[in-house]
Amino acid sequence: MDTLSWVGYISLGVFHGINPGMGWLFAVALGMQEKRRSAVIGALFPMALGHAISIGVVVLIIVLAQQQISENVLGIACAVVLFGFGLYKLFRARHPKWVGMRVNFKDLTIWSFLMASAHGAGLMLAPLLLRMPASAAHSGHMHHAPTSMTDSAAMLLSAVGVHTLSFFVVTGVVAVVVYEVVGLALLRKAWFNLDMLWSIALMIAGVVTAGMIFWGH
Amino acid sequence: MLQQWKPDPTFYPSPKMAIEAPAEEVAYVAAPRDDGKPDAMCVVDLNEASDTYGQIVNRLELGVRDEIHHFGWNACSAALCPYAPHPYVERRYLVVPALRGSHIYILDVKENPKAPKLVRTLTADEVEDRSGYTRPHTVHCGPEGIYISALGSVGSEEGPGGIFLMDHYNFNILGQWEVERASQSLSYDFWWHLGYDIAVTSEWGYPAMIEDGVSLEDLGERKFGHKIHIWDIRHRKNIQTLDLGDDYQMILELRPAHDPTKAYGFVNAVLNMNDLSSSIWTWYKDGDDWGIKKIIDIPAQVPENPDDLPPALKDIGMIPPLVTDHILSLDDRFLYISCWGTGELLQYDVSDPFNPKHTGTLEIGGITKSHPHPAAGPVGGGPQMVELSRDGKRLYFTNSLYVAWDNQFYPDNANGWMVKADVNPDGGLELDPDFFVGFGDSRAHQIRLQGGDSSSDTFCYS
Repeated sequence: MDTLSWVGYISLGVFHGINPGMGWLFAVALGMQEKRRSAVIGALFPMALGHAISIGVVVLIIVLAQQQISENVLGIACAVVLFGFGLYKLFRARHPKWVGMRVNFKDLTIWSFLMASAHGAGLMLAPLLLRMPASAAHSGHMHHAPTSMTDSAAMLLSAVGVHTLSFFVVTGVVAVVVYEVVGLALLRKAWFNLDMLWSIALMIAGVVTAGMIFWGH
Repeated sequence: MLQQWKPDPTFYPSPKMAIEAPAEEVAYVAAPRDDGKPDAMCVVDLNEASDTYGQIVNRLELGVRDEIHHFGWNACSAALCPYAPHPYVERRYLVVPALRGSHIYILDVKENPKAPKLVRTLTADEVEDRSGYTRPHTVHCGPEGIYISALGSVGSEEGPGGIFLMDHYNFNILGQWEVERASQSLSYDFWWHLGYDIAVTSEWGYPAMIEDGVSLEDLGERKFGHKIHIWDIRHRKNIQTLDLGDDYQMILELRPAHDPTKAYGFVNAVLNMNDLSSSIWTWYKDGDDWGIKKIIDIPAQVPENPDDLPPALKDIGMIPPLVTDHILSLDDRFLYISCWGTGELLQYDVSDPFNPKHTGTLEIGGITKSHPHPAAGPVGGGPQMVELSRDGKRLYFTNSLYVAWDNQFYPDNANGWMVKADVNPDGGLELDPDFFVGFGDSRAHQIRLQGGDSSSDTFCYS
């Protein structure tokens, strides 16, 4: 995996991590409800797990698709889905319906999985995944060295891992800093519409994917 | 429609932050009537710098004999709740059910807060077909949509009444809320402890028991509600019923602590059948279960002139306090109790929810009393719907309960009014001698304050 990919996975982890809807806000609320910091920290692990599963599902779908359809078709499909989903979310504000503050490890894992999936968090990684050499066998781009199945699996796992780790660290740092230092007044002043930025990010990812197809990568 | 870039400025994560909110400049007051003219949503100017301060500056006419009663916002601070945050909706629409007509009106107050615009009417047929319920009452903006309670079931003289959900983006009715209601059938108010995944519902009567005035026959047979129900809000399931005993009839307004970490709240029982007293009860979490305990008894009074009693009370010869509303300040410290029958408004310090301390009393109106207001002389009715500013400094209240009941208990003069009291932060309160809003021969019921008040929002952070 090249440096650009690493930077990409890590940056998107940061981007997902700072979004209050992805986890840190819930962790802070649980800490306030229980009146202890350990409740904040404890919530982060299932949140990271749920996030990783959601990302993993998208990775699996893209890898399987790579076996079946040509790189160009897959790339265009991803671009269209990304751009369309972003546009849809931009104009149709909806949020996943979940009611429940008394949550255990399993509940929080499912919650995080639902939030990441509904927001298209994994989808946003599509342009990076399509850069993966796993596609080399089908694309005819011979400048990628042919890779074995184990190598690609390891590479995909490390991609999911590094993204999730960066998500986990950022969510955790924001949650603890807000819980311990900053307080929730921040929500009123600094909580600009990350959902809109998110929609725009999805659309940009769509454009980047399309660009990769037309100009090569 | 593109979304907002910033959260609605009237949303506050915690009650502590909401207390710091700017003062309200407008009040919306439901004004039903029974003379064949349409009910109206009235706008009262509360900006002290304004020339029209303390006056009705607008009336939006709605349906005839609709009984506009309680109403609420499309969105509130619950939009910040962490598990489904959607802070970019706006607190912009009033959702106004007609308790008798069963319509629901959607009013837009964004463009000019002093001139609400009717943007949608859900007809009674639409409400009833989609929800299965009739006689919609309480509205609360919840984390996943708008919740509305209703007194009755479509096509049934009896219940069950219950709760239905409304979409907070397009105002379509999504359907009945309950999955398992167990023994619950009577319905009235509801609210919740979002921090504990618990909802609470109370019991008044079925539509037929109230719509022609309080049915004294049903009351004699103790058919009105005497329980509250505790619900698991995630599974929409009735998990416990707390029975106050059928000595207590009509269990109405639910006021849970605003701090989401506190698991208790207050509810009023209108009538004790043995001595006509009213009472306030505290429900509370007790280990894995919930309990309820009476904390305040408010006795009936002997009238100075028994001949002046209305026919409904002649045989009894007493004035019941008829506690029919109360409000809890956002700091969970003061509870204000309306004694509609005896014309008193009581303030209690409930910092310790099991040991209330009486800290203040106002007198205005009252059956056989007609205690005067400094700006208006003797008035009819008594303190009824009460609302408190978020900072806890200004208390507003009106005098109408329900048109047919006003006629029963105040047959001579039930003309609507709204007054204001100034609250001492350490306890005690006094009537603002200059603030009196007369509604003519229209009635005045629930008050909502611009931007939110002490019964409009739920907070998910302490």
